[in-house]
Amino acid sequence: MTLLTQSPARPGSGGAGGGGRRLVELVLRARELSILGALVVLVVGTTIANPRFLSGQGVTDIFLNASILVLLAVGQSVVVVTRNIDLSVGSVVGLVAFTTGKFASGGDRNVVLVLVIGVLIGLTCGLVNGLLVSFCRVPSLVVTLGTLYVIQGLDYRIAQGDQISASELPASVLSLGNDGVLGIPYLPIITVVVMLAVGYYLRSYSSGREFYAIGSSPEAAMLAGVPIRRRILTAYLVSGALAGLAGVLWLARFGTVVADAAHGWELTVVAAVVVGGVAITGGVGTVYGAALGALLLTTIGSVLVVLKVNSFWQEAITGVLLLLAISVDRLLALRVTRALKQRSLESTVHHDVPADVAHDVRAEEGRDRA
Amino acid sequence: MGAPGRSAPPTLALVNVSKSFGAVRALQDVALELHAGEVHALAGENGAGKSTVVKTFAGVHRPDAGEVRVDGEPVAFHGPADAQAAGVAVIYQEPTLFPDLSVAENIFMGRQPRGTLGRIDRRAMHAATAELFRRLGVALDPQQPARGLSIADQQVVEIAKAISRDARVLIMDEPTAALTGQEVDRLFAVTRTLAEAGCAVLFISHRLEEIFSLCHRVTTLRDGAYVATDRTADLTPDDLVRRMVGRDLDALYPKQDVAPGEVALKVSRLTREGAFTDVSFEVRRGEIVALAGLVGAGRSEVARAVFGVDRWDAGSVEVAGRPLPPGSPTAAMAAGLALVPEDRRQQGLVMDMSIERNMGLTQLRALRRETGRAGLISRKVERSRAADWGLRLQLKYSRLTDAVGVLSGGNQQKVVLAKWLATEPDVLIVDEPTRGIDVGTKAEVHRLLSELAARDIAVLMISSDMPEVLGMADRVLVMHEGRLTAEIPRAEATEESVLAAATGRAGTGRAA
Repeated sequence: MTLLTQSPARPGSGGAGGGGRRLVELVLRARELSILGALVVLVVGTTIANPRFLSGQGVTDIFLNASILVLLAVGQSVVVVTRNIDLSVGSVVGLVAFTTGKFASGGDRNVVLVLVIGVLIGLTCGLVNGLLVSFCRVPSLVVTLGTLYVIQGLDYRIAQGDQISASELPASVLSLGNDGVLGIPYLPIITVVVMLAVGYYLRSYSSGREFYAIGSSPEAAMLAGVPIRRRILTAYLVSGALAGLAGVLWLARFGTVVADAAHGWELTVVAAVVVGGVAITGGVGTVYGAALGALLLTTIGSVLVVLKVNSFWQEAITGVLLLLAISVDRLLALRVTRALKQRSLESTVHHDVPADVAHDVRAEEGRDRA
Repeated sequence: MGAPGRSAPPTLALVNVSKSFGAVRALQDVALELHAGEVHALAGENGAGKSTVVKTFAGVHRPDAGEVRVDGEPVAFHGPADAQAAGVAVIYQEPTLFPDLSVAENIFMGRQPRGTLGRIDRRAMHAATAELFRRLGVALDPQQPARGLSIADQQVVEIAKAISRDARVLIMDEPTAALTGQEVDRLFAVTRTLAEAGCAVLFISHRLEEIFSLCHRVTTLRDGAYVATDRTADLTPDDLVRRMVGRDLDALYPKQDVAPGEVALKVSRLTREGAFTDVSFEVRRGEIVALAGLVGAGRSEVARAVFGVDRWDAGSVEVAGRPLPPGSPTAAMAAGLALVPEDRRQQGLVMDMSIERNMGLTQLRALRRETGRAGLISRKVERSRAADWGLRLQLKYSRLTDAVGVLSGGNQQKVVLAKWLATEPDVLIVDEPTRGIDVGTKAEVHRLLSELAARDIAVLMISSDMPEVLGMADRVLVMHEGRLTAEIPRAEATEESVLAAATGRAGTGRAA
């Protein structure tokens, strides 16, 4: 099986089979399909209103703009799946973008070295978050709200009102943000590779499934011997590293960086993740859904610009989408639970046909003795 | 099944184990030996230390003194993973599954079959799960999520998990508390098979008849201390009860005969789609009416609808002749209804809140009125009331400010009862009032219900415990698949007649 068989629109795909599972899968897929549908309607509608929207540059811009948000959403969904949250990502992007910018403009630095430094800074932030949440057992909302401000403060202290401008940066760094292979820019390529890798890991590896287990029921995870602290720490390391990577990409894409770059993005990221079907209560959702959520929010932003709508509406629409997503989740969850209960009731009634069960068990005993 | 040989060291053993939680001594010098091929019962009242023993074996607790031994060698379990690695599988009273994950993933979490590159081989995992379910004789879909499974099916998943681990020791902490007769039979058959295959089984139940029918030996604990280990063949149920409580029990089912008064609760043609259909019955003052049936027959759903937690689609509910609006617990409480729910952990109590606060929850208005200080609640009144109820129900606690979660199951149930009795209801609905409660507390709860009926309260009791139904109820209503299938007066109620109606083999009893 290659990475490519994992198509983003079809998470959790498998062979044909059981009804309960099919129902749930349909619901999960319905989320991703409905986001795709919304995207199509949005793009088609806008193109009719303004045909230039679908020009090559327009589409490229959307993908470039979405790449960084998608990257953050992938990291965030790993954390949210474990029933935690990482609010510090916006600050980490800002800190990394500025510090790596400072470093890169100090000479003709290799772009790989810049990337490594960025990811290391992100990892350090993730380590602090992860240690506080998993080992000190402080609620993640509080920890990451705290680190949000600490990291931001650190960023301001380092910047001291200064800013990085594109002209100071080495060509290799700027090329990362603006060039590509075969006409496809590097940014979306990096993002898609990361998304597929994380998505594949979460779905197909034993330790990946444990993230879901922890979010679904921490108590059951403890009893099942899942290394909870280590996994939660890992989730924050992933989120931190991806935020670090996103910081360098931010620098490469925009060239000009002020200290409060990506200020407030943490909430957009959380919104994208939730709109994408990752349950804020953990245990449910895929990075593909989160990525689609991020793409949708970015596209809406671009559409509003193209249609010359006041940017106020972008925030309002993001909010409405968020509420819509959460209400739909709640409604579907209730529906599914009821349907599953009904199903299990029916099968229980079936179990209670006494002769049947007794026969099965007796046959079983016979077999085992033999 | 003969007595297993004693030549080999016990598969799993506690040797002089003591364990304290703060000032509470949970276990004191407890010894327990589990041998391969033997089903061993652990008996004792709630709070006797049974759960602590289970958690010590499971690697959740570490003993303060004494040893855990595997095959005669001392071991230190540093967590559940260590115990599992040693072959110990535990099935808890309330199964802990991952609701969002598939049944197969629940069984194989952390040890999924691997394919190339260490990937999970989903096909193999589902096939292995299907094979486990086939061996257990149940029809569950490996790929369906655990959310929505009945408790019996959740336990099946837990047992499948234990079997798939090739567990050498299977510990079952009150597995039958929520099961129907058929499901218990199925569980016992599976347990015997496992024991014959060389598994050591520790079985905990409050139903003495289960201990005697399933287990070879029984170890009794009282107040955290070891009392005795006996062969069940050498013991009578009365002996066992005496070991557990340290005294003779009065009658377990002390229902006093009361002449029923006027109709207090009248339910007419009540229907809630997908839950129950056309349910009609009356409960008179001074009467205890049991609502029997299999788990999933719709009994709790009826209770929830009557109390207004769920809406009903058709029909009516009258309390003392006055109709109740649908879907309003506030109106139901105001009319004098009280509901003690089935699941005390999730619906009956706020586990992190103190005992006194929990008891006060239903009386916030009364507490406010009494003190009359601009709507503020008096802690003093709250505390004195709680202390009063604690005394009346013989609640065992160290401080009223302790979180309810630290109490034993039976004592938690008493707190729920106190909480609702304090509202001075005219109609009390109790859902599985003695589920997971020890014999001593059970008798107290029964005496309490009987006293309430004698004080002209109408009691509707949902119960899966057949002796309780037959012993306590003036009338038995039986439900099957969402319908009321029989109404049987006390004199005609037998285990056979109730079971026949509950399994849909109608006939005995007059149809409602």
